[in-house]
Amino acid sequence: MSNATTSSLPTRFADWFAARGWSVRDHQLALLQHAEAGENALLIAPTGAGKTLAGFLPSLIELSQKKTNAPEGPGLHTLYISPLKALAVDVARNLEIPAAEMNLRLRIETRTGDTSASKRQRQRRDPPQILLTTPEQLALLLSSPDAAPLFATLRRVVLDELHALVTSKRGDLLALGLAHLRTLAPAMTITGLSATVRDPDELRRWIVAHPGKAKLVMAPPGAPADLAMLDTRERLPWSGHGGAHAVREVYERIKSATTTLIFVNTRAQAEAIFQQLWRINDDNLAIALHHGSLDASQRRRVEEAMAQGKLQAVVCTSTLDLGIDWGAVDLVINMGAPKGASRLAQRIGRANHRLDEPSRALLVPSNRFEVLECVAAIEAAREGAQDTPPARAGALDVLCQHILGMAGAAPFDADSLYAEVRSAEPYVALARATFDDALSFVATGGYALKTYERFAKIKRNNDGLWRVTNGKIAQSYRMNVGTIVEADMLKVRLVQGRAAAKRDGAAPTYTGPLRRGGRVLGEIEEYFLETLAPGDTFLFGGEILKLQGIVEDEALVSRARSSEPKVPSYAGGKFPLSTYLAERVRKILSSRAAWTHLPEQVQDWLALQSKRSRVPRAGELLVETFPRGERHYMVAYPFEGRLAHQTLGMLLTRRMERMGLKPLGFVANEYALAVWMLADVGARVQQHPSSLEDLFAQDMLGDDLEEWLRESALMKRSFRQCAVISGLIERRFPGKQKSGKQVTISTDLVYNVLHRHQPDHILLRAARDDAATGLLDLSRLATMLARVRGHIVHKPLERVSPLAVPILLEIGREPVYGQAQDEILAEAAAMLIEEAGA
Amino acid sequence: MIIGNGREIVVAGQSCMADTSGALYLAGSRTLIVSDLHLEKGSSFARRGMLIPPYDTVATLMHLKRVITHFEPTRVIALGDSFHDRQAAERLSEHNRETIEELQDKREWIWVTGNHDPAAPYGLAGEVCDEIRIGALVLRHEPQAGASLGEIAGHLHPVARVVTARGSLRRRCFVSDGTRCILPAFGAYAGGLNLRDEAFGALFPDAPPTAHVLGRDRIYSVGQDSCFAD
Repeated sequence: MSNATTSSLPTRFADWFAARGWSVRDHQLALLQHAEAGENALLIAPTGAGKTLAGFLPSLIELSQKKTNAPEGPGLHTLYISPLKALAVDVARNLEIPAAEMNLRLRIETRTGDTSASKRQRQRRDPPQILLTTPEQLALLLSSPDAAPLFATLRRVVLDELHALVTSKRGDLLALGLAHLRTLAPAMTITGLSATVRDPDELRRWIVAHPGKAKLVMAPPGAPADLAMLDTRERLPWSGHGGAHAVREVYERIKSATTTLIFVNTRAQAEAIFQQLWRINDDNLAIALHHGSLDASQRRRVEEAMAQGKLQAVVCTSTLDLGIDWGAVDLVINMGAPKGASRLAQRIGRANHRLDEPSRALLVPSNRFEVLECVAAIEAAREGAQDTPPARAGALDVLCQHILGMAGAAPFDADSLYAEVRSAEPYVALARATFDDALSFVATGGYALKTYERFAKIKRNNDGLWRVTNGKIAQSYRMNVGTIVEADMLKVRLVQGRAAAKRDGAAPTYTGPLRRGGRVLGEIEEYFLETLAPGDTFLFGGEILKLQGIVEDEALVSRARSSEPKVPSYAGGKFPLSTYLAERVRKILSSRAAWTHLPEQVQDWLALQSKRSRVPRAGELLVETFPRGERHYMVAYPFEGRLAHQTLGMLLTRRMERMGLKPLGFVANEYALAVWMLADVGARVQQHPSSLEDLFAQDMLGDDLEEWLRESALMKRSFRQCAVISGLIERRFPGKQKSGKQVTISTDLVYNVLHRHQPDHILLRAARDDAATGLLDLSRLATMLARVRGHIVHKPLERVSPLAVPILLEIGREPVYGQAQDEILAEAAAMLIEEAGA
Repeated sequence: MIIGNGREIVVAGQSCMADTSGALYLAGSRTLIVSDLHLEKGSSFARRGMLIPPYDTVATLMHLKRVITHFEPTRVIALGDSFHDRQAAERLSEHNRETIEELQDKREWIWVTGNHDPAAPYGLAGEVCDEIRIGALVLRHEPQAGASLGEIAGHLHPVARVVTARGSLRRRCFVSDGTRCILPAFGAYAGGLNLRDEAFGALFPDAPPTAHVLGRDRIYSVGQDSCFAD
């Protein structure tokens, strides 16, 4: 980074760098050269490496040299796309500084969901040179009839935080949008900015049209992080995810740091930790809370206070995994399971956004298994190993949405659109028949029963081109664009408690209309509230609240006087333990030498396990059986994450039912699966050793799976998402859907009917693909079943083993699966009979 | 689902069979009552641009056919909102029209009018009326507050959300307090209204009714204490 390289910049830029005492970095120059050569490029750089400036430098230089003699404005030159609108706004603000200081006379504007309608309209007519926006806004712009003239002048696209975008449906939507941008602006080049990933080639292909690869620029890695695991003075819990035992020690660390970010995996955990920290906050440290359910303005306030250095700590969830740089953060604490090596690296990178100083991070496991996971994650981080999710095949529901958007912009030819779609990396393998199914879905629903021709949304005219049949279609597309389907959220509104309704000292519950009009505290997922009954208490926004009742789309709550909230079931967070970390955990377990790096309590635990039962070896699946109480237990240790284990549990109990083992229920966590039953499973396996192999046979992913999926609530949830994204049903807008004549239909009912009458319909395929990779984790389960074939080790025991204790402790804390749903009704009915008898 | 494994409930002294299918059967007069079929709801949405699967009518009629085959009633009463909109009957496919005619063959068939279908369905046989009396029972689509003795009605699509320590689930149900009975919706696409909604409160002002919830193979009678708002 000598002055010689700086001098290769235009004088105006070289002077600016010099005035700031900066020198231009090698990767910044490399990107500049690729841009000048008209090449697409991917920059992989750690946080703090001046990534954003590197992305924009070529645009700033090119724009500064351009003589604007065009009479009607210079047109759109550079498009910046970020996964977060807050980030787009922040980057725009930061970009104004060099632009102003070098007197570049540029118009730099943002366009997000918050941008006013009039400004958005003006931007289409008279665009700025640099526009910063999100994938959804790009899709909207591309669906407008002005898209062709608007993007004709486009020269560069900068994609920020690309690693976070590509592995989601938003990434699919963006890939399709970029494919179309390449058609509209053939001279345009793309620069992708990404954190370190497992396989940069996947991103290089993703950026450009198939079959190509963007140039790769790697910034030097930052100083290695200073990583440690908390070796607690307290007793390490067997199970649970709260981390309460370590709160005192965490508090001490916060005290000795300037600013600390405390990451946890779920909102409920964030609430609990925040509460516990404040209980012992004798020094009155400024500790704040940040998670996705809090009211947006409240989150903004926390972010601002953070930026101004007013806070000593923020307890947060993955909502702060990405985002604006805060220079002052000097310690990151990750409480609970790190889940993945790359995720952890990202979080660690949130500390000390300066390249030359190491980030300081502390991992706090909340139970014994998590100790193993933390050790594996620390080793992986030290090696720089990455486990970002693999590239995904483009989702079909997103394709449907895109096709409708394209028809809104201009009439299209199906062959050309198919070719364009296939130039996008996620859709390279898209079969023509599938594309035609998507097209037919957009046009008339894609039903074998062809009754909706007269209600077609798009039609092919005599010229062979597809166009929308009326203006309302385009309008409805604009209302429904995007791939993020929020869980149904309810507003949490504070109302006066109703002490009056007391009867026999019972907790007052909702009995009629409540007075509304209190303050809105935030939003909460409907499915969370489904687990609560009126009168139950829960933590939200750092307070203990009592649910009074639910009225329309609002949960009415009052402040509770109790100090012990009902513990919500641990939803586990969105991300399962990564395959990579799971493998490392299995390795640590199977090597006695590796145990020496573990805390003593954990070493003792494993030693006891090897004495009483067996510690699972790297390639095998350990299955323990033992009696306990009136029941027989089977505990398996696949280490494949909670989602795959839940699916396995569902399928396993069906088989056990058929084998006459009379299973009663099961519980799954990230590491193990426990099933309990009436029959003596241990004796059965000893008599017929092959029955264990049969139980875990791969063919459970055949008919058993199909049969279960038909009724599975998870499939219905996936289907609902696909129905919204594909445009089958309209999005629900909180608060708005109640006004006017309600036009809604339950997607569960639609699912039931469609599944019976057209099981191969494109939306059912899309829902199944989603479930397979997402909520059911089928692909991972399939790999596991293949891996353990012939390597299942049965250990019949007299009693519970040390390794099985954690999962058994979760019974009662986690939802238990496996019982027929109707038993809920039977139980409720029995209560009525009791009541009548009394 | 097992059809015919219903539960006897008594309304105004009359014995009625609340069936797992969602139909109410009066054995004495061999009358089968089904409410809120909402036929052609799918195509009704399609007209407005939401192309939801067009299989709801065939699904509802197949369900009805199984119930009729089981009970072999001499009279069928469709208790209103049999069609989702006024033009719905015109949109029936030839196949579905034939199924209805087949079901109507050799038995009395009454279309009680509802708010969605206030007039006779286009091109279909069957008597049309607003209200019908059978002994002590009076059958109409929309329940009326006040005069309730013996009223059999639909319209509200009752569902119960049953919560116990094991979890919660939401199912269609009959609602009755012994003086009147509200039928669940029978149509494949008919949604549900939670019985804790105030609409039900107005109909059962004195004592909370019982929810007779449709299980897979029997009816579960559940007290209101086990039912929660959505």
